[in-house]
Amino acid sequence: MDTNDNLRRTPLYALHKELGGKMVPFAGYEMPVQYPAGILKEHLHTRAVAGLFDVSHMGQAFLAGDTAQLEKATPADVIGLKDGMQRYGLLLTHDGTIKDDFMFSRLAGEVPLYLVVNAGTKEGDFAYIQSELKGVTLTPRLDRALLALQGPQAVTALERHSPGIGKLTFMQVIRTTVAGAPAIISRTGYTGEDGFEISIEGADAECVARALLGEPEVLPIGLGARDSLRLEAGLCLHGHDIDDTRDPVEANLVWSIGKRRKTEGGFAGSDIVLGKLANGTARKRVGILPDGRAPAREGTEIIKDGVVIGVITSGGFGPSKNGPVAMGYVQSEFAENGTTLELKVRGQSLPARVAPMPFVPHGYKRS
Amino acid sequence: MSETRFTDSHEWVRLEGDTATIGITKYAAESLGDVVFVEVPEKGRKVSAGAEAAVVESVKAASEVYAPVGGEVSEANAALEAKPATVNDDPEGAGWFFKVKGVSSADFTKLMTADAYAEFVKGL
Repeated sequence: MDTNDNLRRTPLYALHKELGGKMVPFAGYEMPVQYPAGILKEHLHTRAVAGLFDVSHMGQAFLAGDTAQLEKATPADVIGLKDGMQRYGLLLTHDGTIKDDFMFSRLAGEVPLYLVVNAGTKEGDFAYIQSELKGVTLTPRLDRALLALQGPQAVTALERHSPGIGKLTFMQVIRTTVAGAPAIISRTGYTGEDGFEISIEGADAECVARALLGEPEVLPIGLGARDSLRLEAGLCLHGHDIDDTRDPVEANLVWSIGKRRKTEGGFAGSDIVLGKLANGTARKRVGILPDGRAPAREGTEIIKDGVVIGVITSGGFGPSKNGPVAMGYVQSEFAENGTTLELKVRGQSLPARVAPMPFVPHGYKRS
Repeated sequence: MSETRFTDSHEWVRLEGDTATIGITKYAAESLGDVVFVEVPEKGRKVSAGAEAAVVESVKAASEVYAPVGGEVSEANAALEAKPATVNDDPEGAGWFFKVKGVSSADFTKLMTADAYAEFVKGL
């Protein structure tokens, strides 16, 4: 994409411009990185109150037919997913590395699974799923919009347009309406806060977004704050913290492998992944807190006793933490919390240590 | 009597005698967004014109601040380390980064005037 003319737009493009969104290219789309409030205020407002994100660039699809086949491409437990529940999964290559991460939902009373994959990888993911699975039909719905309403008061604001939505708990999903429009709403998100993801027809997107932004709690939030929020929450960004050079074990995403799948296998690269699960990995993804104020960005070398032992894959300033936060991969012997390290920032060695994630406690509504 | 000049990398320079005060422009501060970290050079450091002298980081990214003129760093705005948001609040005043002494007027007059910089920014 060399010019903006080649970039795609979501159904909310005009609204972003109207709201003063600063538009930047992201994953082939022209997306708001921030609004006039700025990343810092947007981030803090989402943690304290509520924020609305346009994530319509992400890849939505329905998988019909023999949906159990999805277990060929992911180590997540697909068969065991109950009606009305959403789950996080990894799409794996045959080398047992991470092709993408995604969400899948079993809507009550429906056979097809509802999938959401990452924006920059959606075409490749859809082609991979279609080619790996037999007896299924994958229908991409790039025409649909996806909004995320996140923050402790998201439920208060959404209740006014989708009465009863507050009954959902974390990872539940239903078909309902929002501001009169048919919607698939899940109590999920990628900020570490309580909140919802709202899938609607593209034609309804602007009306629904305006209704939610009309609530006193809700501010529009750009991709900049989305990134700082998910980093503080310890959540991986595909293409940075996870990609096809990393496996689920070193990425510390073993929790996304179903219990049954750990014994049965039967997914792409399962021999390799289960071998790593049994024998350990050379590297591990960890949280890292620099001791000083200087952020350590993606690509920063991690040093121990003068030797490079890893690399930062996401790093920046955490507005709620009010200091720098990062995650990266280190040799497994240095992955213990509290291990002191040095980060090579602009030629200087800055002290840092391995720290537990999330950096800010999750606010999920679990019951 | 002081005059302010500008660079195409969005620093401003105010010359008084042979001492220059240097910061980043309002345009740069707005483009960066919320500044969360500033690193200024230590006093006594020799800088040459065009060399990296300071660092400014927003939530999103790190940027270098270049010394528009050569000389010796005579003072740095240490207050920015504790309150980096000053760069957004008052970029061309209290948000100054550092001062350089022993500046040649030839170095200074090579830089853009306020009018030329305004034109330059309009074209971006």
